[in-house]
Amino acid sequence: MSDVIVIGAGVVGAACAYYAARAGLDVTVVDRGPVAGGTTGAGEGNILVSDKEPGPELDLALLSNRLWRELAGHGGFEFEAKGGLVVAATADAYRQLTDLAAAQGVEHTAVPGEALPGYEPELAPGLAGGVHYPEDAQVQPMLAAARLLDHGARAHGRGTLRLRTGVTVTGFLRSGERVTGVRTSAGDILGGAVVNAGGTWGGDLARLAGVHLPVLPRRGFILVTEPLPKPLIRHKVYTAAYAEGVASDSADLATAAVVEGTPAGTVLIGASRERVGFDRTTSLPVLSRLAAQAVELFPALAGVRAIRSYCGFRPYCPDHLPVIGPDPRAPGLYHACGHEGAGIGLAPATGYLLAQRLAGERPEMDLRPFRPDRFGEEER
Amino acid sequence: MTERFEIVFEGRAVPVVAGQSLGAALHAAGIRSWRTTRFGGRPRGLFCGIGVCFDCLVSVNGAAPERACLTEAAPGDEVSAT
Amino acid sequence: MSAYDLAVVGGGPAGVAGALTAALLGLRVVLLDGNARLGGQYHRHALGERPKARFARQCEVLSARAEVRTRRQIWAVAAEDGAFTVHAKGEPPLLARRLLIATGAHDRPLPFPGWDLPGVLTAGGAQALLKGDGVVAGRRVAVAGTGPFLLPVAAGLARAGAHVVGVYEASSGLGLAGHPILALGKAGEAAGYALRLARHRVPYLTGHAVIAAHGGQEVTGVTVARLGRDWRARSAKRVACDTLAVGYGFVPQLDLAVQLGCATASDADGSPVVAVDARQRTSVPGVWAAGEPTGVGGSELAELEGRIAGLAAAGGADVPAVLLRRRARLRAFAAALHRAYPVRPGWTGWLREDTLVCRCEEVPLARVREAQRLGAADARSIKLLARPGMGWCQGRMCGYAVSCLSGQPQQAPRRPIAQPITLGELASPQKDS
Repeated sequence: MSDVIVIGAGVVGAACAYYAARAGLDVTVVDRGPVAGGTTGAGEGNILVSDKEPGPELDLALLSNRLWRELAGHGGFEFEAKGGLVVAATADAYRQLTDLAAAQGVEHTAVPGEALPGYEPELAPGLAGGVHYPEDAQVQPMLAAARLLDHGARAHGRGTLRLRTGVTVTGFLRSGERVTGVRTSAGDILGGAVVNAGGTWGGDLARLAGVHLPVLPRRGFILVTEPLPKPLIRHKVYTAAYAEGVASDSADLATAAVVEGTPAGTVLIGASRERVGFDRTTSLPVLSRLAAQAVELFPALAGVRAIRSYCGFRPYCPDHLPVIGPDPRAPGLYHACGHEGAGIGLAPATGYLLAQRLAGERPEMDLRPFRPDRFGEEER
Repeated sequence: MTERFEIVFEGRAVPVVAGQSLGAALHAAGIRSWRTTRFGGRPRGLFCGIGVCFDCLVSVNGAAPERACLTEAAPGDEVSAT
Repeated sequence: MSAYDLAVVGGGPAGVAGALTAALLGLRVVLLDGNARLGGQYHRHALGERPKARFARQCEVLSARAEVRTRRQIWAVAAEDGAFTVHAKGEPPLLARRLLIATGAHDRPLPFPGWDLPGVLTAGGAQALLKGDGVVAGRRVAVAGTGPFLLPVAAGLARAGAHVVGVYEASSGLGLAGHPILALGKAGEAAGYALRLARHRVPYLTGHAVIAAHGGQEVTGVTVARLGRDWRARSAKRVACDTLAVGYGFVPQLDLAVQLGCATASDADGSPVVAVDARQRTSVPGVWAAGEPTGVGGSELAELEGRIAGLAAAGGADVPAVLLRRRARLRAFAAALHRAYPVRPGWTGWLREDTLVCRCEEVPLARVREAQRLGAADARSIKLLARPGMGWCQGRMCGYAVSCLSGQPQQAPRRPIAQPITLGELASPQKDS
């Protein structure tokens, strides 16, 4: 019997488990696969404040940003406080960027076009300007998730943390209305609370518990280059169109250049978004567009070779906000999923706030904007 | 009649029999490593010999690194370590 | 873009036989291969040399009947409106209504301390140097690994003037006299190699392996160990040499088939292979596969499968029963070889904590073990946490070893980009002129 059962050993589940254990709770984490093998394993590791509109998601991002820096202090995974640079091709777009930055109220510097080379020497000439966000960062998400679970289990918990991989949840145990545990491929596990941290599969888990949660897969491809001997790109650099693509509701393909170097020397190139279900077939036209946009931004990349690509399924909710908190429709069930492409960045705040709730405290931030029953009933 | 010519590796003349790969020519001349790894600084040269392992990356005439085992040597090639 | 009836990827025995068969039946065929000359690994030959007569004749007829494009590195294939696009670097994609995948195999190395020293080559690499470039890999050469392929490698090196200090076959058998090649009716071939090794006084030791290579800038010697049944090292000795040729079987190249979504199966040795039916048809309509990608079985089987695939792709004509019977016999032979030369788990005991498992990303065993401790329960998650297989070779060299270390069955790797391609070319694919 655990105080908390967390379903999902991705970065969000790991953060929930870590903070719950730190709050003195006994936690069991189950995952049908290995650690970080699903949504997290196909992520880029973005920890962004720059791409959030003012509002609850930005508040969550700012809290998370602070927590990531704290967690990075434990060591054991790459955390790069590299800063973000959002660039605009036209004067209009540049003004929109600076307006957004002013409204966000986060630390930033407006960078006129002629000053951009000082930030990124290889940027294409002729851009109107950009905004530099020093708080944007990147983390190696798989290792970070694994380390969080490990820290939770070994050093930092007053409670206990147990990880069980290869265990598939097949149903929920109930006592009346109340969720009292999970039925799994390895037998029943009882718990005082069950946290759905199923990422893109969070909607399926909710359905197992008899509640509706509209989490849909939104496919994204990433291109990875050969390792470069000298870093070509210093920041996470993306175009103004990226944030628009994130905020779009269209099922159609949207792409925007997101380019960054990594400590391994490779350059990661995103980002595409399209709603095509769980189809993993590589789309060469999408890869081609990603490459074209990256080369447009950084002409020197034209001669750099792509050596691989991967795709992942971002857990998309119709209002682009994650689902965090208790589900009034199934007492004992909590959700921590639906973060779309921001799950890595938002994981610590999600876990931190949910753990406060699980420990019976009042969460530091109002969780109402993220409540699970905000979507209404399933359309039939 | 087999054609023979020379290429230059880091200032040193290396004989080539026409049709040989850069990797084969270097290896035959006793030059067995022409790359150092980026973390451990380990020497590397030919390993798989058929274009699969990428250990034999070499720069030819200042261009981006190519697999030495797949690149046919051409007269006068200037080859440098990577 | 005008469509070919059939595009064949790979110019070894399977690809050439398949292309030729289909072309003779009237199909408009294009064959693409990454090397300068047709031949693949088995018929690899130097410029100006003639490969074995039978293959040479096939190539001559083929070049008259079909389009042969060498030096083409195929980085992707894709299904498009009932046809397939084949993407070679540096030229526009070509369109074909059917596809034959005959992409062969590459060596399967196992890691051991010092395996990344210059002078340590795969057995196939040493053979390619000799056959394709006329270069003898070294003066004092040790040959090690498992499988019948070690014999021609050692015999070839000895004949070319190398001092082969020993052939170390890890499987414990009865030595050459009891070699499965003899038992399976290849006596002439095996006897030829045996004779040549004997003439050059090359020791052939079964139940032995090279478990470490030594040297500073390049290999100067190896540790040869007598192995127990499970391949754990028993007694060991140092042997001086300047070169080591080592190989533990072969890895079928499936990248293009996996890109298309072809179903895979598990070979007798657990290797992922393309699943094909009696006519070499894959699970994807319009796509055939032949030779090593459907299971490592050697050149004779590859050629036969290529013929069957060519017949099937041309449609109409039935595949003669005699071909199917021959293939069954050769497949059984291949399975027997897999059984005779398994990789035993004790090799992991040759590794030290600091032994590199992944050469590209320089990942030592210790980091793999740490990833496993953190919950990486399979090869993919070990890769995600510790980076083996993330580098230039995309796990082609270390993939098998990481699978073994994970303790899980091997999975067919996904490589949407099968050859590195510049972002410039990816951004604006070459257009038809």
